[in-house]
Amino acid sequence: MTAPVIEMRGITKTFPGVRALSDVSFDVRAGEVQALVGENGAGKSTLIKILSGVYRADSGEVRLGGTPVHFSHPVESLAAGIAVIYQEFSLLPERTVAQNLFLGREPRTRFGLIDARRMREESREALSLFAAAGRIDPDRLVGELDVATQQVVEIAKAVSTGARVVVMDEPTAALNEAECEELFAAVDTLRGRGVAIIYITHRMREITRLADRVTVLKDGEIAARFDEVPEPGAIVRAMVGRDIEDFYAPPARPEEIGAPVLAVRGGGNDRLRDIDLEVRAGEIVGLAGIQGAGRVALAMALFGEAPFDRGEVTLDGETVSFRTPRAAIRGGVGLLPGDRKSEGLVLMQSVRDNGMLTSRAFASPLSSHRRNANGDLGGMDRLLDGMEIRAANYDQDIRALSGGNQQKAIVARWLSMRPRLLIFIEPTRGIDVNSKAGIYHLMRDLAREGAGILMISSDLPEVIGVADRVLVMQEGRIVAEFPHGASEQEVMHAATGERGVAA
Amino acid sequence: MTDGTRPRGAERRLRAPRINPVWILLAVLIAAIIYMNTGFVEPTGYMNFLKRAAPLAILAAGQVYVITSGGFDLSVGSLITLVVVGSSMLTNNDPAATLWVIPLMLGLGLVVGFVNGLVVCFLRVPSLIATLGMMITLNGLAFLWSGGAPRGYLPDTYRFFGRELIRDVPLVGFIPVSVIVMAVVIGAYGWLMHRANLGRQVHAIGDNPVAAHLAGVPVARVRITAFVLSGLSGAVAGILLGGFAGVSTDVGAGYELQAITAAVLGGAQLLGGRGSVPAAFGGALALTAIFTLLNFLGLPQPVRQVVQGLILIAAVALAMHRRRQTGT
Repeated sequence: MTAPVIEMRGITKTFPGVRALSDVSFDVRAGEVQALVGENGAGKSTLIKILSGVYRADSGEVRLGGTPVHFSHPVESLAAGIAVIYQEFSLLPERTVAQNLFLGREPRTRFGLIDARRMREESREALSLFAAAGRIDPDRLVGELDVATQQVVEIAKAVSTGARVVVMDEPTAALNEAECEELFAAVDTLRGRGVAIIYITHRMREITRLADRVTVLKDGEIAARFDEVPEPGAIVRAMVGRDIEDFYAPPARPEEIGAPVLAVRGGGNDRLRDIDLEVRAGEIVGLAGIQGAGRVALAMALFGEAPFDRGEVTLDGETVSFRTPRAAIRGGVGLLPGDRKSEGLVLMQSVRDNGMLTSRAFASPLSSHRRNANGDLGGMDRLLDGMEIRAANYDQDIRALSGGNQQKAIVARWLSMRPRLLIFIEPTRGIDVNSKAGIYHLMRDLAREGAGILMISSDLPEVIGVADRVLVMQEGRIVAEFPHGASEQEVMHAATGERGVAA
Repeated sequence: MTDGTRPRGAERRLRAPRINPVWILLAVLIAAIIYMNTGFVEPTGYMNFLKRAAPLAILAAGQVYVITSGGFDLSVGSLITLVVVGSSMLTNNDPAATLWVIPLMLGLGLVVGFVNGLVVCFLRVPSLIATLGMMITLNGLAFLWSGGAPRGYLPDTYRFFGRELIRDVPLVGFIPVSVIVMAVVIGAYGWLMHRANLGRQVHAIGDNPVAAHLAGVPVARVRITAFVLSGLSGAVAGILLGGFAGVSTDVGAGYELQAITAAVLGGAQLLGGRGSVPAAFGGALALTAIFTLLNFLGLPQPVRQVVQGLILIAAVALAMHRRRQTGT
């Protein structure tokens, strides 16, 4: 057995209020693919960032080829032979393949000019390792290549810099089936050349196909280590094995669920296929799936931001076709965006102004800012009071509030419009545990008052704990449905492509 | 408990001196003017000052809408020129023509603002470039229309707004018509910005257009409205300037940057989200006061430009500094 190239021993990292990693040990050998898996927030990215010098560990040590190293900047780790390939490429689209490969270390002629000929030749050599090489012209602009080929260029760049360790962070997120195969072939090539590979993924299929060993992280700790790839169930159990905390509101009783509010038949667009969906009054429907499975695309289709181009949507029995969010809101749909800061809030405005935003948008521009056809400041204050928003006063800028209180203000915005269908995207992302419970109970209260609720969340226990019904999406389709009380394993299987369990 | 009281205390500390610095600046400048020329405290002194400030104050009130919505309007200066030159061509020394020329010019301002808004919203041209293009276009039109040599006269009926005084007013003795026009415009624009729904939506789209859009705000409509209000303010300013400055092809030159400077002096946030009509009015008065002082000191026109440029930079730098401190 070869000695490990990378050894991480007893790594602990704490962020204010959160222990991101505690006593994590991890090693990778030359010529192996080590799969690093875990749910969102399990600590995978933190571990990689410590390895590459973006973060500094509070304690523990990193050894590269047996010698302790202390990187304080990614440039240092790169120079030492650790290449991290992130989901967003670091390639420059307006430069050629060759220019990208040799960025910052261009070969020079005797006169100090860039030696374009040598650069081109060495690029061909670096690319020749990969099956796709025949199709990659070193003089093409990177922006003209498809995503998979760009990824191959990125990998070739890592190899040509002499990387001994390559980290790939969910590299298939943006790839289709054929492109995935191309990537896998490239990974095999790397392994064959004795590079140590850390491969981060959610997908069981890729683990089975590529990995030599598997390490599972959960809540900042090593949950399991497998020296050979086990059956997927074992990995999934290790990923999610925890109790569902009792801070979720109780599910709907059968008599609380009423007539369908929303029904979609055969909905589709360039991101979605064959969407059949029903949400009933009084019901919370959860949408689970991995990143890019189409959950947000579905929400944006229902909300008119990226509409369906086929299929039929009915709201309270009436056929609708929303082409803009404004039309959707007028039709009785509300949406809490997934990225509070960039999509939800007007940060320089007051708590009240954030709450009144939609109400004002649908009233006459000449009506008073205190009172309009949809409500008044007094009513808004009562809504904000009812949600126990903590603010010095409601005229305070909303940016000073905590994430949970900001989210409640956005909920208040929608409550004032009394929507029939309310879509929550990642409603508890980045907010503390107490506010989370508050949001869950708020959602349940809304459902009890007769709204239909669709919730998208990447936090699997949350989806299972909150929703009365869980739909699982994969590659733009709804592939499975579970009643309340499904196990995380079942849902994870369905989301990652192990469809045997989901009927 | 502690959690609830701590931010409240911090809040009080931050908000205690909430007076906008532009008013302090204005007070200092006025004091300096009075020191150099005691006649300023007489109605003739301050009324003439207000009269001179009126076109800029009106422009600033319009400009602050566009800045708060996240843009710039550079076209108002040459819009003023076009309004003045166009009015002189159309009235052609006929006093009765004023009756239709003035509404026509207001309509021109409205159309220019509307086109600016359309270009920014639907052709996705950044407002700086879109209105720069409009500025050059309107300047060219003004030259073409007048043949480069505008007739130097507007009828007295037209010049009424910029030049006439209402006499025998109790307390102050007289009020220039232009000051009344200014009061009406500032009042109306201030109400729309700070008491009506529209202003809150202008703030919202300048603060975060994506969030505003997803909350149902008709972003394009609100943005176009901001440009229209700016265009309208340009036309009104042009009518006043035609009244007291006479006709030439550079009557409006530089006014767009003065208007932006005035709005920024009043604390308007470049790139949007914050802006105040009364404070922009204060900024316009402060800028006019600075020019008045420079005049008293006998400094030539180019110095005025240097000073104005420095003020614009200083005001923006100060605003950025404050913003960093408050952690935006």
